[in-house]
Amino acid sequence: MKPITLALGAATGAVLVLSLAGCVATPPAATDAKPAAAPAATTVDAVMRESFKETGIAKLDRLNQSDLQRACSAASATGKTVDGKTAVALQNAARAAIKYPADGKYLGDWKRGEAIAQNGRGLQFTDTATTVNGGNCYACHQIDKAELAYGNIGPSLTAYGKKKGNSEAALKAAWGRIWNSHSVTACNAMPRFGDAGILTEAQIKDVMALLFDPASPVNK
Amino acid sequence: MKKCRVAAIAVIAAAVWLPAGPSLAQDTTKEIERYRQMLADGNPAELLEMRGEGLWKEKRGPKNVSLEACDLGLGAGKVQGVNAVLPRYFADVNRVMDLESRLVHCQVTLQGLNRADLVKRPYSLAAGERQTDHEALVAYLVGQSRGAKVNVPQAHPLEQAAFKRGEQMFHFRGGPYDFSCATCHGEEGQRIRLQDLPNFGTPADAQRAFTTWPAYRVSQGAMRTMQWRIFDCFRQQRMPELIFLSQASIDLITYMGVKAKDGTMDVPAIKR
Ligand code: HEC
Ligand code: HEC
Repeated sequence: MKPITLALGAATGAVLVLSLAGCVATPPAATDAKPAAAPAATTVDAVMRESFKETGIAKLDRLNQSDLQRACSAASATGKTVDGKTAVALQNAARAAIKYPADGKYLGDWKRGEAIAQNGRGLQFTDTATTVNGGNCYACHQIDKAELAYGNIGPSLTAYGKKKGNSEAALKAAWGRIWNSHSVTACNAMPRFGDAGILTEAQIKDVMALLFDPASPVNK
Repeated sequence: MKKCRVAAIAVIAAAVWLPAGPSLAQDTTKEIERYRQMLADGNPAELLEMRGEGLWKEKRGPKNVSLEACDLGLGAGKVQGVNAVLPRYFADVNRVMDLESRLVHCQVTLQGLNRADLVKRPYSLAAGERQTDHEALVAYLVGQSRGAKVNVPQAHPLEQAAFKRGEQMFHFRGGPYDFSCATCHGEEGQRIRLQDLPNFGTPADAQRAFTTWPAYRVSQGAMRTMQWRIFDCFRQQRMPELIFLSQASIDLITYMGVKAKDGTMDVPAIKR
């Protein structure tokens, strides 16, 4: 059975639903023993800070919001999309920081890419510094039609390469999207796989191959 | 009678672990449906409710008293329907508490139990592990709210402040994935893999989610509490570890509870 995380990572069918017990978080270790009547913090920031503890690789600095996170949170709380001027500024900043592959090659191995797209592990407080992160693309996207357990937070990516072609421009556009999705649409839901260091350059090449390689089942 | 049914439930629950080989998603959905039907007149959490009732009425702790005098918000000793009106403000501690916080509070103040011990390991997380006393007590208490209408109070300023913070926290994007609760629970009809995600922006979804937690998770063979639900969603969100009974947990439960107003409590529920 492959290692999966409770919801974001999973394999198909029965494995998804019936094998979750092995993936349950480890027990919370020592918890603070503050008396129930301690004076309560009142601001969101202060309350968040006292409500979490560092466990393993998940340090409290994860509560420090970047400008992007702060702007997107504020928009989300009002139920609206981020305003046009802010969106353009965020998109420009994201685009300027994209690192394209040093060797000019965009495509790796689609088979490895499929495994990365299936894998939802990584960066949880139950993971370690040596856990190989997945991309968990299937959590949000339909990709290979043979995989039925796909989510719908993002658009379907079936036949992606067939539709987009293999031009340098198409490859660069997809690379930028995966590196930092906010370079295209500020405040959308997709993680910044390159920018936030979730996937390595080599891993991004592999998922790119899953989308673009004519031999990939995505384009069959 | 009851005993037989409970034993049958245990067998079914055990069987759920067996067919873990890969199979198609549709099969899984069908399997789940089958277990649902088999379990329709008996949720394994009933066992836990019974154990919890025993613990609630038993004289325990240094003071050797039961929890029956505990005031969960509707007056000392009142347990019917309490989960539908929590979290709420408690004047004796001058703060808002959810069911699980108040339960621990009563164990400390009435029974003289040590808070640090009580919060050290509230959830049974190893596969097949016996459920904790905390989980059993919660199962019993929430079971007393079946059929009650959700009406989480918003009269006291601290209740309003908890709701407002909870709302902000629900939209707080952070961590390496930039996720907030709203990323997964803020749109209509969203799904991660095959799991439907309730949208707390719509009353019907919010009601369905709030009124069915705590729940017995067939996939884990255990009942999970609302504090656990949020703890585990924050884990998926790649945030640091949420502290059991923390103010953020209470604020978020308040937010979700207010959003679920007029839903009908049906807990402990049974889930995949
Ligand atoms: C948490 C959800 C989520 C995850 C995980 C995710 N995506 Fe996305 N993705 C989205 C959303 C939402 C969009 C559309 C954003 C928008 O509105 O522009 C998107 C858009 C895309 C697009 C652009 C589609 C188009 O029409 O051109 C590509 C390509 C893509 N994602 C690839 C990936 C790959 C590859 C992975 C995994 C490495 C991945 N995504 C993981 C949510 C996600
Ligand atoms: C990365 C995705 C993700 C994030 C972020 C997330 N959740 Fe969840 N949530 C899930 C999944 C998956 C489920 C389980 C659905 C199932 O079991 O069918 C769930 C279930 C729930 C439920 C129970 C709903 C039900 O009907 O059973 C509640 C309540 C909940 N989440 C609250 C929250 C809160 C509060 C936050 C933020 C602190 C949050 N979630 C963040 C994915 C997420």
